[in-house]
Amino acid sequence: MTRLAALLGLALLGLFPWLPLGPARLYILHVAVLILIWGFVGTAWALMGRFGLVSLGHGAFLGLGAYTTTLLWNFWGLSPWIGTPVAVAGAVLLALVFGYPCFRFRVVGHYFALVTLALGEVIRLLIIAERDWTGGSLGLTLKDAGTFNLAAIQFADKRIFYFVALAVWLVGLAVWWRVDRSMTRSALEAIGEDETAAASVGIPVTRFKLRITVVSAALTAVGGVLYAQYMTYLNQGTLAGIGVSLQIVFAVVLGGMYTLLGPTVGTAITIALAEYLRVVFGVKLLGMADTIYGLALILIIIFLPAGLYGGLAALAQRRPRPARALAG
Amino acid sequence: MSLAFAPCPAHGGSEGGRSPPPSKTVLEVAAVTAGYGEFTALWDVTLRVNAGEAVAVVGPNGAGKTTLMRVISGLVPIRAGDLRLDGRSFKGSPAHQIVARGIAHVPEGRRIFPRLSVEENLKMGGFLPTARRHYAETLGRVYDLFPVLAERRRQRAGTLSGGEQQMLAIGRALMSRPTLILLDEPSLGLAPVMVLRLFELIRRVRQEGYTILIVEQNVRQVLSLVDRAYLLEVGRIKVEGRAADLAEQDFVRKAYVGL
Amino acid sequence: MDPILVAEAAVNGILLGGVLALLALGLNLIFGVVDIVWINYVELVMLGMYAVYWLVTAYGWPLPLAALASVALVAVLGALVHLLIIAPILSSPPVNQLLATGGLLFFLQSFATFLWATDHRSLRLALPILDVFGMFLSFARLLAFAVSLLAMLGLYLFLTRTYIGTAIRAVSQDREAMALMGADTRRVYLVTSGIGGAMAGLAGALLIIQYSVHPYFGAAFGPLTFMICVLGGLGNMVGAVVASLLISEVISVGGIITSTEMAYVVAFVIFIVAMFVRPEGILGRRE
Repeated sequence: MTRLAALLGLALLGLFPWLPLGPARLYILHVAVLILIWGFVGTAWALMGRFGLVSLGHGAFLGLGAYTTTLLWNFWGLSPWIGTPVAVAGAVLLALVFGYPCFRFRVVGHYFALVTLALGEVIRLLIIAERDWTGGSLGLTLKDAGTFNLAAIQFADKRIFYFVALAVWLVGLAVWWRVDRSMTRSALEAIGEDETAAASVGIPVTRFKLRITVVSAALTAVGGVLYAQYMTYLNQGTLAGIGVSLQIVFAVVLGGMYTLLGPTVGTAITIALAEYLRVVFGVKLLGMADTIYGLALILIIIFLPAGLYGGLAALAQRRPRPARALAG
Repeated sequence: MSLAFAPCPAHGGSEGGRSPPPSKTVLEVAAVTAGYGEFTALWDVTLRVNAGEAVAVVGPNGAGKTTLMRVISGLVPIRAGDLRLDGRSFKGSPAHQIVARGIAHVPEGRRIFPRLSVEENLKMGGFLPTARRHYAETLGRVYDLFPVLAERRRQRAGTLSGGEQQMLAIGRALMSRPTLILLDEPSLGLAPVMVLRLFELIRRVRQEGYTILIVEQNVRQVLSLVDRAYLLEVGRIKVEGRAADLAEQDFVRKAYVGL
Repeated sequence: MDPILVAEAAVNGILLGGVLALLALGLNLIFGVVDIVWINYVELVMLGMYAVYWLVTAYGWPLPLAALASVALVAVLGALVHLLIIAPILSSPPVNQLLATGGLLFFLQSFATFLWATDHRSLRLALPILDVFGMFLSFARLLAFAVSLLAMLGLYLFLTRTYIGTAIRAVSQDREAMALMGADTRRVYLVTSGIGGAMAGLAGALLIIQYSVHPYFGAAFGPLTFMICVLGGLGNMVGAVVASLLISEVISVGGIITSTEMAYVVAFVIFIVAMFVRPEGILGRRE
């Protein structure tokens, strides 16, 4: 991507809220915020996914992040500015406690996916079990702090959230960029190819895997915090279940795991599709929107296995896309 | 440098045996090119096996010998050329149909079903409807050829020794009542004593009337077993001829070291 | 803590474990042969539950007949799932395979919502509660357990005594070698998927007499089933049964010590720890 294109893109994104968006302006802005938040989360997930660490349990970090800051604010008036580092610390701790034995004992592939799924379930069920303060299956609402509260990170004006989300999203891209250009990337690629070979060459496999997992977890937790502050309502189903984890993975695979903007593009497409279907079907035919969404997912996986963005990028470079590009 | 192919003589070149059947071509590999992905393993390979013959394909590691077997048994598609059985092309047929046509492949590494019993393995060998009809009779013949298998019929195949597993793999192939048997590196991983016994057994199988195409690294041993041999190197046939003619120092050395 | 209550919970755990074992066996069978995890497996169970529910309440079918219909219906569904969704992605990277079945999960859950809304539906059978040595055991549970045992026995006999059953076992050990025996592996996959579906259908029939059904039934039982499969060793049938009983006990007994949700949390944590200690599962084999 050329410097000029990047700058232009950035400028466009910066001016976005002031573009003539028509009567549905607020709604479009809302969708844009969602795309930025989930695109950020997707990019964080892709940090692990691109190296073969396919996690189905990132909902755990999302939920941890969101519920930590919200509970701290609701019960102790602790500002999310302080709550976020706490949430991130929690996510890092969870990633370490879970990741260390996982990687030390070579849990990989299918097993890794299912074990992370179990982790997501543990957090989700904990949230339900402790319903006295988390609200259980009924969900939790962020205690209102007015229409503009910097300390509480609550704003009625969607434009402000747009820029907050944009900033966070850019940070996510920056982290992805750094990892892409670092030693970590080469090491992790070697590990992804052949873990035993990598270890025999002296690469500290566990340490590298842990490092990338911690970074991914921390960022995802921040994504959860952002979601909580924006939506002001949390639910264990939306944040910590297998459903949300699958949606993240799907968006990333669709957009392409190995490119900087791939996860965001994929997220944009899936969210746009979901919203479009919701608008078309509304509440008239409950469930039909998601039915078609599910069908679309299946068809895309079967007929566009290389993902949209990745496939197009390969076409542009006129290089045949290797078949194993997606799983590594 | 290729030795001219001598027409199949009255004397087959290997010891023992009855008068050879008329030299009808059973298997014909015609100018086959094949490979995996972007890699080509076989270039323009041509060979033939006549009824009742035992033919060997020898060559160094990585020459493409196993690929050749897998091409014939249908596990690997070919890019150019043709494959013919009894004159009829079977190019592009899936593996299970090729078995039905009469080609049985004893794969490299034996590939017996470890958690099934010996008899269950043999039962699977006779999966084809035509084989199932004569199951009892064929099973009897296999147990006659390999008494060890009869002794261990209920034993889990994974607990057999290397040599016993090889016998099981061959017996399993026989259960499908084939006309042509492909043997891929049967001596691999076996102790020398076992290898001698194995080749004896293969000789006996041959005497039963089966046509055999065998791929082997153990050149000396296999040349004493077969009528003719081909040398495959880096995917191409370099030498072909009668086993008696080829069992010279020169050829053996070349096969081990490579041209 | 009243020992009778604990005993009752323990027995209930075994009874539940029997039905869960059916689920785990079906999933394991498919994984062992086709080498793909059906993330949507429990959604098929959900459909079986709905099938029995509607046949009994809307069409007045007797329960056993409805159960048979469920088995047949979901068996066909299983074969269809393989033909339409699994077969095209057999050689795709594992991530894609996960997503394809994941997409099917969404599809089935949403379609069920569309057809039948999110209401919980129960058969409301007035089946007796039996007093066994002071423990109160539901007849429905006992019946379900007995049928599960029979089904497991049937599966065992099928896999060991029949030709096609042995062929299925052979394919799970070495599919290429079985192709060299003249077996069309595609047909074996199809039959296996049908059997997996049949077991899901049966499990559905056994569950609808104990629980109510709703489109998101899979959210509760799905992850649990995967966990049981992996804990027992993916592809290992005996392991699946052992793991089912183990986890059911933890949930059942744990449920009376703390809350049911906490018991589930404990079960999942046990699973995670077990994965660290022995990733291939209790009875699994290191490949």
